[in-house]
Amino acid sequence: MTCRRRFGEIMDATPILRVDNLVKRYGGLTAVDGASFEVRRGSITGLIGPNGAGKTTTFDIIAGAQPPTEGRITFEGNDITGLPTHELFHLGIVRSFQIPKEYGRLTVIENLMLVPPDQPGESVWATWFTPGRVRAREREVLELADEALDFLGLSHLREELAGNLSGGQKKLLELGRGMMTESKLVLLDEPGAGVNPTLMNKIIEMIRRLNAERGYTFCIVEHDMDLIARLCDPVIVLVEGKVLTEGPFSEVGNDPRVIDAYFGGAVSAAGPA
Amino acid sequence: MEQYYGYFLYLLSLLTMGGIYAVLTLGLNVQWGFTGLFNAGIAGFFAVGAYVQAILTTPIYARHLGGYEWPIPLAMLAAMALSAVVGYGVAKICIRLRADYLAIATIGIAEIIRLVFKNEGWATNGPRGISQIPKAFEDLPQPWNTLAFVAMVLAIVMVIYLALERARTAPWGRVMTAIRENEAAAAAAGKNVERFRLESFVIGSALMGLGGALMAQYLKQIDPQVSDPLTATFLVFVMLIAGGSANNKGAILGAMLMWTVWSATEILTSRLPDEFAIRSAYVRIFLIGLILQFILQRRPQGILPERRPKPHPRLRGDRAPAANTGSTKQ
Ligand SMILES: Nc1ncnc2c1ncn2[C@@H]1O[C@H](COP(=O)(O)OP(=O)(O)OP(=O)(O)O)[C@@H](O)[C@H]1O
Ligand SMILES: [Mg+2]
Repeated sequence: MTCRRRFGEIMDATPILRVDNLVKRYGGLTAVDGASFEVRRGSITGLIGPNGAGKTTTFDIIAGAQPPTEGRITFEGNDITGLPTHELFHLGIVRSFQIPKEYGRLTVIENLMLVPPDQPGESVWATWFTPGRVRAREREVLELADEALDFLGLSHLREELAGNLSGGQKKLLELGRGMMTESKLVLLDEPGAGVNPTLMNKIIEMIRRLNAERGYTFCIVEHDMDLIARLCDPVIVLVEGKVLTEGPFSEVGNDPRVIDAYFGGAVSAAGPA
Repeated sequence: MEQYYGYFLYLLSLLTMGGIYAVLTLGLNVQWGFTGLFNAGIAGFFAVGAYVQAILTTPIYARHLGGYEWPIPLAMLAAMALSAVVGYGVAKICIRLRADYLAIATIGIAEIIRLVFKNEGWATNGPRGISQIPKAFEDLPQPWNTLAFVAMVLAIVMVIYLALERARTAPWGRVMTAIRENEAAAAAAGKNVERFRLESFVIGSALMGLGGALMAQYLKQIDPQVSDPLTATFLVFVMLIAGGSANNKGAILGAMLMWTVWSATEILTSRLPDEFAIRSAYVRIFLIGLILQFILQRRPQGILPERRPKPHPRLRGDRAPAANTGSTKQ
């Protein structure tokens, strides 16, 4: 851990993630249109833009859920374009989904216990022939999961089926997955959507702590500008699949082009005011 | 007295057939119940197991492959192994398909397997099938031979049950369930979805092959009719869904119960006047369908619904001390 942190500080200058000229077309529709950006190691980078700008699609491609039409993704200096999702996970890329994807008929604690790598009990032979090893690791994983649940404040729901959680609780569970492994880069797709203000503060607090205490780099897609303003530096603005601008939120948020992109129709309709 | 003896033998036959179906249903439970793989070609894997058992154990006979006279247990292992290999081949090609396409593909494959057994007469004696298949314990005097065979079948069911229950409640079962519930999220949690699905399919196929090997012994003769999708595929699905998908006890209960019903409907339909008797098979299916409807209306999750393993005791903090852990304990 400390080793990685120090290494991280030395490497600070090189970006943990580079997206080069990313293009994604669906038939005639171009969802991502030559986007290029970098995510600095140790940063909490925001990725904002109007609905349909291609943010989720970009995440999907980085996390290996779909291949790009063109372009290159580089993670810690290695080309990872087109690698399958589960391999990217083992490299340290963990993502959350815009629409929570919990395992509805697993319990809350099982949802988290699933995540850690190196579980001997995932081999069916080991469950039959080396149950001792399986049980030992299972205890470690259980402790880790309880720690995460305490952190998330979901401990009282640990034996509940995840499908029965509320929308906001499912969002928290999505975040929890990132805590169950030695993540390096965590991609969060709208962690604050549909979440009440109290929970929102908690999520912001959590992200800060994971960033500071565990050294996770975050890349966050979010429409809630309050969350972006409080957490993210820098902020990348994606419009129609292209990067429009990038910088601290104070600058980006006042950029007329950004305001135009968000409220484009309204501003031009209002005419020269 | 004589009459009771008859009932006793009937009971044993119910237990035997119910047990053999339980092996098939447990196999399907691994695929469909745990992992959500819609294998609509159970009959094919079942037939592979049955034919391997028949060919490897029968004495030499001019009309089909044979004369190897393998010991019965060895042949059963071979039947499982070959079904597993066929399952691996099928899975390699089809496992990426979405549930509905997997169903279509597996129906097709089962049909191909049936046609091969029907048409490759040199090996299988074609539609006439293979007879005189050796059956475990058949040299014992009656009723001990029947009893011993039932005991063997039930012991096999028990061993499979224990093994699957152990696996289900371990991280392996957790991964399978996660894949069933949400494939994309399972991949995002670092699980190699394709590999796990493949494994699930192969284990299920091996069990179906074992079911076939037991059936071949019990009936002592087989023909391509054994892979009739009605009795091999449809009935097994009904058993699993009625008993409780993803619940191993439910799978066994469903097999025993539905087999009893199936067998009882035969007694009923055989009393029908002749012109209906030829249609009796359809009447039976209708009855089974009716029962399935009833169960699904009343208990959509089956008689014994899926249950997660016992709560994991808290290791840290307020509650239980670390001593009484054992999350694999069911
Ligand atoms: N699988 C798909 N097939 C076809 N079109 C798609 C697909 N996925 C996304 N798109 C289209 O690509 C565009 C970008 O979608 P994307 O989900 O990336 O937007 P987004 O920036 O995440 O928007 P939001 O803020 O609303 O979540 C949209 O026009 C969408 O309709
Ligand atoms: Mg989106």
